[in-house]
Amino acid sequence: MSAPILSIHPEAEYAAFLADGRFMLQRVISTGETVFFPRVAQPRTGKDDLEWVEAAGAATLYSFTITRNRPPAADYVIALVDLAEGVRMMSRIVDCDPARLSIGMSLRARVGEVDGAPVVLFEPEETQS
Amino acid sequence: MTGFPRGQAAVVGAATYGMDSKPGFSAIELLAKASFAAIADAGLVPTEIDAVFSTLPEDPFSAMSVPEYLGIRPKLVENSRTGGSAFQIYAMWAALALEAGLCNAVLICYGSNQRSGAGGLVRSATLPFPYEAPYKPRNPTTSYALAAKRHMHQFGTTREHLAEVAVAARKWAQLNPDANMRDPLSIEDVLNARMVSDPLTVRDCCLVTDGAAAVVMTRADRARDLPNKPAYLLGAADATWHRNISTSADITITAASEAAPRAYAQAGIGPADIDVVELYDAFTINTILFLEDFGFCAKGEGGSFVADGAIAPGGRLPVNTNGGGLSCVHPGMYGLFSMVEAVTQLRGIAGERQVKDARVALSHGNGGVLSSQAVTIWGTAETL
Repeated sequence: MSAPILSIHPEAEYAAFLADGRFMLQRVISTGETVFFPRVAQPRTGKDDLEWVEAAGAATLYSFTITRNRPPAADYVIALVDLAEGVRMMSRIVDCDPARLSIGMSLRARVGEVDGAPVVLFEPEETQS
Repeated sequence: MTGFPRGQAAVVGAATYGMDSKPGFSAIELLAKASFAAIADAGLVPTEIDAVFSTLPEDPFSAMSVPEYLGIRPKLVENSRTGGSAFQIYAMWAALALEAGLCNAVLICYGSNQRSGAGGLVRSATLPFPYEAPYKPRNPTTSYALAAKRHMHQFGTTREHLAEVAVAARKWAQLNPDANMRDPLSIEDVLNARMVSDPLTVRDCCLVTDGAAAVVMTRADRARDLPNKPAYLLGAADATWHRNISTSADITITAASEAAPRAYAQAGIGPADIDVVELYDAFTINTILFLEDFGFCAKGEGGSFVADGAIAPGGRLPVNTNGGGLSCVHPGMYGLFSMVEAVTQLRGIAGERQVKDARVALSHGNGGVLSSQAVTIWGTAETL
């Protein structure tokens, strides 16, 4: 068993993983619970035995809104998604006609970019091959 | 015994200034205009004010700059920055500080020139949240749109329900000569307006105006000797559950659901006893969420509660009788305007929009993105 990737500087480490194309989540070593957003300790408990683990990438859509823009700027979908690990995050839903979105649908994560910044994006599960 | 000094402090003076666009004034100038007017309305002179609780959106040090501008040397200042709910929190602390004898006359004040000055929304000095900002949410609208969408999914709330809120606010505004938007507005107008962030159109969103407001609070014994009919603070509570919408466990329930029972217990009343309801309606979904969270209807039933003009003039419950943030005024933070309207109604000087025999009024503040929730309950002398 490989040594855990300990979390010391959560904000910087999360960003560095993303820049490296990796979507990582904090996990409490002693309990297995997931923490998001990344923190120096688990909220409520203060447990600080945190390691980084690869996100499973599976999620469901909790809510979404289409951010309307005046052309030529494109509309985009901002969403709240519930990860299989039991935490919620904001993201964008991409590669999907917004008319096909429905709350509760299955999503799949990938690391992409918004305006050049690395971010976790989601697309509907069924569009995956 | 809740410990809250029910009815022991009162608003004795209130004023607004520059709710329409007032080009050429800085924010602190607008604030000072409202503040001096409220002090005069209370029958006091500025040097009698010995506590100043203020927010200027772009000035983190307004606790010092506002007293300096007004020429007051306060014994006590307060500058909690919870956004639009700060003023209800100030009223709560004012009641406690007055009862403890820390001060004798509290000025609560706010001012913004966001419309004429910056030509845009208030630029508060807040740090971007690294787990939302990269996705470019257009806050606050994005966060409220997410809440509206989820509420519609979970409870069957419709866009027509949201539109009912905007139309009711407009009908109240038509009775208020100081309201910014008084043109007729129909359900269809709201539905067909420019979509900003689904499901919210521009008519589901609050106005962007200038404006300043101020109130003066004293102990009840002194209030009785001053010229105005006092509005006594019967209960006040606040609650904070999150800052950013993505960390909310359930975006269909706000911390108001926790603050409300505490404020009701202090006041010794329940929702059925409230004659006038002033909610923080930055967006149409707010009114629906808060009617639920304050117990005027069950969770999920806010949409049907507001249907058929139920919160418009002549409806079953007078809500946002000045026209609210949707049609009266919204200079970045609306909380103090909600309080001034509650006081105006209890004084019985609301003119055409006066709610008959108004004895108990609820004034609510919302800060952030459904984040900070604070509520005050006010009553006339008959309620003491």
